[in-house]
Amino acid sequence: MLIKLAWKSLLARRISVLLTILMMTVSIFVLLSVETIRHQAKDSFSKTVSGVDLIVGARTGQVNLLLYSVFHIGTPTNNISWQSYQDIAAQPVVEWTIPLSLGDSHRGYRVVGTTTDFFTFFRFGNKQLLSFQQGEAFHAPFETVIGAEVARQLGYQPGDEIVLAHGLVSTRFSQHADHPFKVSGVLAATGTPVDQSVYVSLQGLEAIHASWPGGAGTDNIADLQPQAITAFMVGLTSRVQTFNLQRQINEYRQEPLQAILPGATLMSLWGMLDSVEQLLLLIAALVLLGALIGMANMLLVSMRERRYELSVLRALGYRPVFLFGLLQIEALLISLTAISSAFISLQLSMYLLRDWLLQEYGILLTRLSIINESLLMLPMIVVASFVVALIPAISAYRQGLHQQLTL
Amino acid sequence: MFTPPAIQIKDCLFRYPQASDNALLQIAHWQVAKGETVFIHGPSGSGKSTLLNLLAGILLPQQGKIMLNGVELTALSHRQRDAFRAQHIGMVFQRFNLIPYLNVADNIRLASHIAKQTGDALQQRQLQLMSALQLDDELLLRSAHQLSVGQQQRVAIVRALINQPALLIVDEPTSALDSDARDSFITVLLEQIAALRTTLIFVSHDRSLAGHFSSQLAINSLMAKEAGYVN
Repeated sequence: MLIKLAWKSLLARRISVLLTILMMTVSIFVLLSVETIRHQAKDSFSKTVSGVDLIVGARTGQVNLLLYSVFHIGTPTNNISWQSYQDIAAQPVVEWTIPLSLGDSHRGYRVVGTTTDFFTFFRFGNKQLLSFQQGEAFHAPFETVIGAEVARQLGYQPGDEIVLAHGLVSTRFSQHADHPFKVSGVLAATGTPVDQSVYVSLQGLEAIHASWPGGAGTDNIADLQPQAITAFMVGLTSRVQTFNLQRQINEYRQEPLQAILPGATLMSLWGMLDSVEQLLLLIAALVLLGALIGMANMLLVSMRERRYELSVLRALGYRPVFLFGLLQIEALLISLTAISSAFISLQLSMYLLRDWLLQEYGILLTRLSIINESLLMLPMIVVASFVVALIPAISAYRQGLHQQLTL
Repeated sequence: MFTPPAIQIKDCLFRYPQASDNALLQIAHWQVAKGETVFIHGPSGSGKSTLLNLLAGILLPQQGKIMLNGVELTALSHRQRDAFRAQHIGMVFQRFNLIPYLNVADNIRLASHIAKQTGDALQQRQLQLMSALQLDDELLLRSAHQLSVGQQQRVAIVRALINQPALLIVDEPTSALDSDARDSFITVLLEQIAALRTTLIFVSHDRSLAGHFSSQLAINSLMAKEAGYVN
């Protein structure tokens, strides 16, 4: 009876109830989105690189080095010499290295000069290796391997020829048009910045720059050796050696170098973003609070027009606590409806915005469902709605207790 | 066999907490026998509605006793008084008796539900009351706000009598009706309560209706009776 009464009473006031539900839905949607993006972004970020023990680059901020070497965000301040790279790579504790040379682009996608070791040793996610969706690694200097997203967006297939641009802005004048690269393979999607990158050999990169004004002339491409690279990743034979080697690199005499532990630096990067995250969450929670107060207000205002109703119920022998329950059930029905519609809209928009998020922000929605942590938020919303609905519910209770039956 | 009076009020004093002296109801002694139909009249503000709220157990007197069918209402807890009202008292008001967004059947069910009445006997009673009050069965599924005022008042009577109450309190139920409807309304009402042996307290300022009832009483005379016990 209580639920039926609450339900019918809401239906009778459907316009103001619908507006309230809409308001609540929007705010719960915002809250759930912030929470989901937060977790997904963190997830996606921390899966970008794994199994790499050290990243070495020119001396700069730790986070900065991580950002440009792994996320391809920002620009390196300085290069490191080939000599230093060779020197460190020759250390007995070093199992493998992956050199990275940044600076060029292809239609907005970063070009990374590296060696085939990249395809052999680089790991992401839960120590997964890269795999090819089509074709194979580059073998000739003017061959290239492209990320899944690059291939998808630009419609490239193995065998296509592409032209790299100097710098990050592709203008007609800075194209390396005389040296097109042939696509040799397309990597499988990883959900990391790898998907958005174009990989070429160091020799190829050196060759196009050699013919560039200011570059050295060239005769035999295969013999080309780069003067410098941007950074390199290091895998060690034993992880115990990590700090030892890190110290050695940081104290390297020939050149100011810096080695970072990707995991630890990711953590500190995340720590920096944490306060922003918390702020977003706080804003979302405040928006929800506003909506809840709006709901309480709607119910409170409705009490005036329902004075007769409450009086009839009292005359029939319904207790004041029934009126309290009636208002609480109405609040519960409103918030449950709002929660479900916010939930559904979030699922729907995650499905629809998935590509856009990956492309624009490199955030991969690994799971197209709402994360457990966010689900925990739903009972909290119900509790909050109960607390806020205490205002109209107690008012109905008091009215029931004191109001005379004068109709 | 001793039958307690339907209503018995002794040395009752009620005063609104914040109100001035004239908002006061004082009844030294008043008794109504079971099955009686009492017409109470008086100008507005004379305390009629206070009296009804006291009888319904919504208000409690500061002093004195109110007993209904031998049960001392003034000694019960809030909760017990609400339960007592649900079981033993039916009420019909001037207007706004029904929850507008519920259909007629649900409006009646509100009363039987709280009095924990179910089953075939209840169904029978509802059918019988509906037909006695000239309400078509198809009205049951109609929303209360779609009914005419006269229909609404008759549904209110069905609901007030569905639990076979010992006491029916009716407050200006005919003020919204025209005179033909008013007379037939009162006739049907009296027929039904006669069958149930329900005691009726009918409050109105329209004294032309007084002839229908077994006794009539001005609220002022009820109050004027000083401490001498007068029946």
